[in-house]
Amino acid sequence: MKQILVMTILLCVSVMSYAQNDKYQKAMEKTIAAFDTCKTAEDYQQVSAAFERIGDAEKTQWLPYYYAALAMEFKGFTDQKGDKDEIANRAEALIAKAEAIEPKNSELFLLKNMSATLHMLVDPMNRWQQYGAVARQALGTAKAIDAQNPRVYLMEGESLMNTPAQFGGGKDKARQSLEKSVELFKAFKPVTPLHPVWGQKRAERMLAAASK
Amino acid sequence: MFVEQLAQMKNILVFLVMIFSFNLAGAQVKISGNVRDAKGRGVAGASIAIKNSYDGATTDSLGQFSFRTTEMGEQVLEVSSVGFHTIAQKITIATDLGGLRITVKEKLDELKAVMVTAGTFEAGDRKRATTVLSTLDVLTTGGANADITAAVRTLPGAQQIGDQEGLFVRGGAGYETKQYIDGTVVNNPYYTSVPDVAQRGRFGPALFKGTVFSTGGYSALYGQALSSALILESIDLPDQSTANASITPIFVGAGYQKLEKNKKVSWGANYGYTNLTAYFEVVKQKIDYFKVPQFHTADFNYRFKTKNGGMVKYYTTFSSNKLGIRRPDIDSSFLKDAFALQSTNWYNNLSWKESLGNGWRLNAGASYSTNLDNISNELQDKLNQPKTYDQQWLKDKNFSGRTRQDLSQLKTVFEKKLRGISSLRFGGEYWYAYTHSNFNNKSKELTDHFTATFAETDIYLTNNLAAKIGVRGEYSSVIDKFNVAPRLSLAYKTGKDAQASVAYGTFYQKPENLQLVQTTALGYTRATHYIANYQKANKYYTFRLEGFYKKYHDLVKTSPVYNNDGEGYAKGVELFWRDKKTIKGLDYWISYSYLDTKRDYLNYPGKLQPNFAADHTTSLVLKRWVSKISTGFNFTYSYATGRPYYNLRLDNTSMKYRIADQGETIDYHNLGFSFNYVTRIAGSYAVLVGSATNVLGSKQVFGYNYSHDGKAKEPITPPANRFLFIGLFLSWGVDRTQDAINNNL
Repeated sequence: MKQILVMTILLCVSVMSYAQNDKYQKAMEKTIAAFDTCKTAEDYQQVSAAFERIGDAEKTQWLPYYYAALAMEFKGFTDQKGDKDEIANRAEALIAKAEAIEPKNSELFLLKNMSATLHMLVDPMNRWQQYGAVARQALGTAKAIDAQNPRVYLMEGESLMNTPAQFGGGKDKARQSLEKSVELFKAFKPVTPLHPVWGQKRAERMLAAASK
Repeated sequence: MFVEQLAQMKNILVFLVMIFSFNLAGAQVKISGNVRDAKGRGVAGASIAIKNSYDGATTDSLGQFSFRTTEMGEQVLEVSSVGFHTIAQKITIATDLGGLRITVKEKLDELKAVMVTAGTFEAGDRKRATTVLSTLDVLTTGGANADITAAVRTLPGAQQIGDQEGLFVRGGAGYETKQYIDGTVVNNPYYTSVPDVAQRGRFGPALFKGTVFSTGGYSALYGQALSSALILESIDLPDQSTANASITPIFVGAGYQKLEKNKKVSWGANYGYTNLTAYFEVVKQKIDYFKVPQFHTADFNYRFKTKNGGMVKYYTTFSSNKLGIRRPDIDSSFLKDAFALQSTNWYNNLSWKESLGNGWRLNAGASYSTNLDNISNELQDKLNQPKTYDQQWLKDKNFSGRTRQDLSQLKTVFEKKLRGISSLRFGGEYWYAYTHSNFNNKSKELTDHFTATFAETDIYLTNNLAAKIGVRGEYSSVIDKFNVAPRLSLAYKTGKDAQASVAYGTFYQKPENLQLVQTTALGYTRATHYIANYQKANKYYTFRLEGFYKKYHDLVKTSPVYNNDGEGYAKGVELFWRDKKTIKGLDYWISYSYLDTKRDYLNYPGKLQPNFAADHTTSLVLKRWVSKISTGFNFTYSYATGRPYYNLRLDNTSMKYRIADQGETIDYHNLGFSFNYVTRIAGSYAVLVGSATNVLGSKQVFGYNYSHDGKAKEPITPPANRFLFIGLFLSWGVDRTQDAINNNL
């Protein structure tokens, strides 16, 4: 009977942690699903806040903060009226929280690349030199950490698309990166189902645009 | 036994899972309410969360929120929103909780807070999105030829003066505007004057990250400018190492700027040589240059970050230039005036910014400059041979002069952050000015020990209401006089992006050296400014409306005797509108100034509208960037109504000046154009710039010169109808991306 008791307690503990884990899992799945249906800046804002709440409650998970920052950046790109500097600053605060838990992750450097781009978009003529360099460095670091990350080449391709050919950009160069991205996406397997998988369709769409 | 146990366990497991699933699906309750600011307005996008849970919501556009939670009992509700202090509120959850009212308090924020804008055009400050004139703007103002002063002239308050350098602001003469670099005044900001030809500023726009053009009512930190202050803040560390080269038909230059790997130290040097020989061959000038203008300029900078994040910057520039021009003499049909100038200037500026901890900051600056001018004029005959006469007034046309002007300065400002974002600044400055002039072998010397002390406070009562109160005291040894100048301004935010402000201040300026060499028994000249301003500005638009009244006291009179009996006034209305958004790819601004001013000074027989003041001045600046061809096209059209001119003649019996003749010049029109094509050449970023002033070839008259007997007058016109320029500017950036990546790994 003593054995049973011990085993039951052990089981209880493991089930509880499983349940807790399950709760996290479910909440993340639900919020990621909500993220996929976001259309307006307000939607992204809400999803970002939901991820942030999960991150604040969990304290040891970096992915909620990752998604919170990503949603914030998507908001920045969607919201034409929003204050891009402010949005990028908020994203950066979330990235910092994620980085404290998970340092040197390729995905986080991609977020940094995007927040620098947001800052630049406020005043491209005056800011490209400063924030262009920050964006390039973040992208380069993301690539150096994980050269097999398809999103690295997606971001690279997008940035090349938006850079005039005489400044080292253009469709031809963008196509090379986007082809690589699409290629890598085909074989891409996330570490866990909660890890980022986004970008495949976007890469295919961009590649089609670059091939025109 | 084991199987039995297993079965039992399974039961327990199922039971436990049931309990937890039940718990998970949970007894949910609804929590709702709204978030408001101190004024009772809903705060949109605020985040509400039950601490340590996943549950929460974001407020809608009215500040309403509602969410479901399974968390029960005593909980902490956290409410946060950008620009507001985060609130943690204890709540007890048992059943549905509705109508929660949460009030958040606005954070005082330097970037959001109201700022005194009366009299001030803040430009190029990257922190604020609503800048008026950035470095890039200066470079791309059509017809400004990358001259800061020329670009600033398109802003309201400044006159379109083409026959002498300087900024003539709101009825003030050119010398009433002072330039300050990193806090210290610049003694010779322009290349040395040539009669009837305006000179460029010495300092290029790329040197500065911020420009503040104040047309009045400025801070107590700045003194000795009666009308206006152009406050320039130099750049800190560059973004990367670069090499650059400039190739133009009139100018060649090269430079290198190094940013050390640690990104804490940088240094750089530039050299440029200007020679207008080839240009004058192509573009004929109205005047005969017997010495074609030539300039050598060299500069060096060294900047580093200190341990505590402070910044030390040293900048020095040396220039040497010469020219000789020959013009027909107004008193004769065959005589000519041959004017020659040779000038050298050395400028040094050292500044130090440091955080001293505990909310204290230090801004210290030192500068030294020395300027040497050799000028001469010779009366020449048809064959360009020297000619001498016995009459004194003709003799006076032959002269030679040599002037040395030195200025050494020290300035220290302490700043203490007070509660919120309020702050207190105080400090002092010391100038040692030495002038030695030798005119036709008559030597004069002036030495001035000038000291000033000042204190100023920015008080933010809320984000919406701020006051700036300052006082400045000065003592000048050369005139042995003290002065105390109070300054006051208030700003109130009237709505989103909109604010109203008022400014008042007293401003003192020493008499000019030319007057002080005659007598030092003079006092300060003085001006009182009253300014009211309304501004609405965001990233895309700027609208400003400003009215001012300025009273001049104690202006220097030079006739019948030297004294401070002069006076005057200036009043007017100014308008500025900039729009970067409405038409895609087009950035434009319009400025308009109305000025009503009269003054009695120098040899004026009474109160007159000075010859540098036009009633109406307006500028339209257009900038169109065409991405497809990587080319920007820039147009600037400036218009000013005619300015008065006078022939003031000394009456030999009464020994007083009288107006022998007067009139008004024709209206001023100037259409400037420039284009900049950006491309890559040999691995460099290359910009091909072409520009022209007065594209339409409008006739410009800046005033009249009178003959000795007063019977003949000649218009003062630019030395050529237009100035044309084409140049290629190359810049090679040393990419430090890989270093930065390696640092990250």
